[in-house]
Amino acid sequence: MSRFLKSTLICAGAAFAALPVMAQTYGLGRAALPEEVAAWDIDIRPDGAGLPDGSGDVWTGEDLYEAQCAHCHGTFGEGMGSWPALAGGHGSLTHEHPEKTIGSYWPYLSTVWDYVNRAMPYGMAQSLTPNEVYAITAYLMYLNDLVDDDFELSRENFSDIRLPNEDGFYLDDRIELEWPLFTQDPCMSDCKPEVQVTMRAAVLDVTPDDPIADARRAQARAMAAASGGGDAPASTPDAEPEAKPDEDASAAHSPELIAQGESLYRACRTCHQVGDGARNAVGPMLNGIIGRMAGRVDGFRYSPVLTEAGDTGLIWTEETVSEFIADPRGYLPRNRMSYAGMRDADDRRALVAYLSTYSE
Amino acid sequence: MSEELTGGAHSGRSGGPSRRGFLRGAGLAGAGLIAGTGAARAASPDPLITEVQPWAQFLGDGVDAAPYGKPSRHEAHVIRRNVEWLTADTSSSVNFTPIHELDGIITPNGVCFERHHAGVADIAPQDYRLLINGLVDRELVFTLQDLLRLPRENHVYFLECAANSGMEWRGAQLNGAQFTHGMIHNCMYTGVSLRTLLNEAGVKAQGSWLLAEGADASAMSRSIPMEKALDDCMIAFRMNGEALRPEQGYPVRLIVPGWEGNMWVKWLRRLEVGDAPWHHREETSKYTDLLADGRARRFTWEMHAKSVITNPSPQAPILHGHGPTVITGLAWSGVGKVARVDVSIDGGRNWAQARISGPSFDKSLHRFYFEFDWDGRELLLQSRAIDDAGYVQPTKDALREFRGVSSVYHNNGIQTWHVHSNGEAENVEVS
Repeated sequence: MSRFLKSTLICAGAAFAALPVMAQTYGLGRAALPEEVAAWDIDIRPDGAGLPDGSGDVWTGEDLYEAQCAHCHGTFGEGMGSWPALAGGHGSLTHEHPEKTIGSYWPYLSTVWDYVNRAMPYGMAQSLTPNEVYAITAYLMYLNDLVDDDFELSRENFSDIRLPNEDGFYLDDRIELEWPLFTQDPCMSDCKPEVQVTMRAAVLDVTPDDPIADARRAQARAMAAASGGGDAPASTPDAEPEAKPDEDASAAHSPELIAQGESLYRACRTCHQVGDGARNAVGPMLNGIIGRMAGRVDGFRYSPVLTEAGDTGLIWTEETVSEFIADPRGYLPRNRMSYAGMRDADDRRALVAYLSTYSE
Repeated sequence: MSEELTGGAHSGRSGGPSRRGFLRGAGLAGAGLIAGTGAARAASPDPLITEVQPWAQFLGDGVDAAPYGKPSRHEAHVIRRNVEWLTADTSSSVNFTPIHELDGIITPNGVCFERHHAGVADIAPQDYRLLINGLVDRELVFTLQDLLRLPRENHVYFLECAANSGMEWRGAQLNGAQFTHGMIHNCMYTGVSLRTLLNEAGVKAQGSWLLAEGADASAMSRSIPMEKALDDCMIAFRMNGEALRPEQGYPVRLIVPGWEGNMWVKWLRRLEVGDAPWHHREETSKYTDLLADGRARRFTWEMHAKSVITNPSPQAPILHGHGPTVITGLAWSGVGKVARVDVSIDGGRNWAQARISGPSFDKSLHRFYFEFDWDGRELLLQSRAIDDAGYVQPTKDALREFRGVSSVYHNNGIQTWHVHSNGEAENVEVS
């Protein structure tokens, strides 16, 4: 709303003298302690306000990025599947399919630092130290060709840095630019010549399956055929008969237990994938884990101790998986899985029940 | 499902397949008659009337069968759906309100679309804290109990994701109102105005911006100008009378009426008063509108007037044949009320005024109807909303003239459904 925004920005602070002042407060809430404000007040601004002391260099950032970021964002920040690209795309903003990366699109480096610090790595938020966030930010600058590999980012040099597209943004001007045209009296009759269809969604065929809608369309056709008329759109697929979604839950476990396990699996999925199309990420994919020899998923680089465990006959059963996730490093010392352990036996039973529903 | 399609006939617990098949046949034949001749005379007595039905004979569930009630099992298809190819993971994704299955202006809580950036945070009410810090006289911590002691207000507002219809910028893409327009819901919120809440902390004179931050694993954050914060924003703990649903920010979310849904921070844990915007991820990398010249608009907060016909639509074809037909849909404006909705059945050549029915609230959904006698001809259905600021919902092509096709957000162009003579409807674009 630019009308509103404009008055905000033009009047800057002055506008607020006119705000209604409510004399009364209810005296509710309590004074926040400095430690509490410090714990939650994590936001960073483009002027560097909010940055903690610290620094990190490109090489340190590369190691951290490879370990914690690359499995979603790609080795070179090119993105993976639908996970966002972080580098590249220079000069692409006017192309048919623009690539909006830190280097090509983002206006401020502070946004990178702030978001990595508050929300990354995905599924393990706020686990990085300030120095690690500086290092990862430095590496992302390097991936975007903004600095050389000997660069070190710190609180001191942070606000000297400008991203290339800082000037590519301007305030909402829809009201000034578009509203003169969009507030004219609308035409009610003979507004344009004969109307032609110029594009059909069905041509792309990207709409998710909806068995009810399919059945309704089939009914429309059947009724039209029965009454001897009616056209049908040529490009929509024939309706499928209704089908219940596959329920491949293991017969040995209750749906409630499996659902509980699915919820608990959130703790695992930062590193492990399971289900259709699962692939190795930070950890190996888990399809078919129950009944598999330890350390045997193709293409995954295990800790030596895990491969050895398989060599000496460790089979993942519901029991051994449960014992392992109770305390991974106690069960198999020197393995690389960085998970503290699931202490509650009922939780482990639910998680194993969930995993057992995914066969190879 | 077949029962649902043939108008509710079902055989209940005691019915066998043959009986069920007979009923289905009867339903279709009846519909055929109506299609042919308008008011119909039945060829044979309707067994749904002449035979005692199981629900009329045997006892149904008692009062404690469903301590928290659910929709009829025959409505099991009325669900949120997602578009799997759109995002990498459901924990950072969106699903869509089944607007083609609803009526009136209130969205039932269980089908309000969801958008998460790191999944649903699970917060016990006794663990909830809200911190107000920054340029205030008193930095304060509130519990939920504290917030419930402040004066409360009730307001009905729509929440529309800025990316609603965003997949349609380059042309017709998804076949269903749920997918083209379903990133919207409309609820009555109960909560405390930000004016009241911020007054407890005392905003300093230079406090011109507010940062709202969520407690979820993305710590979702947005900058909001103080003038809006003190105008009509509120924190809400109830939607449609009951506690917020977890996926809608339980126990407390921010309400930013008329502005893009991303700003309505869920699981609200912190409000910071500052003297400049923060330019966080959701207001730089995302939720900025890239235009054809490679530059981008920022702070495009307001949702301008928009409407869509929900029935008929691709997931909800006309199944009753010729004769009296009800077209219905939704209209809204982030500026105020919808003053008028027009409907066209010929692709925008000629327009007629639709009928708005139900309460007309500021920045809320409006329900419109347009009744006419359908003679079976093909239709190119459109609707356009006109709000009380005089803004007329533009065509998609008119928007593209200004914005190109890469802006992702704020597509409020006029939608066209091509209704075929058999009643099927398709998402199309027209000249």
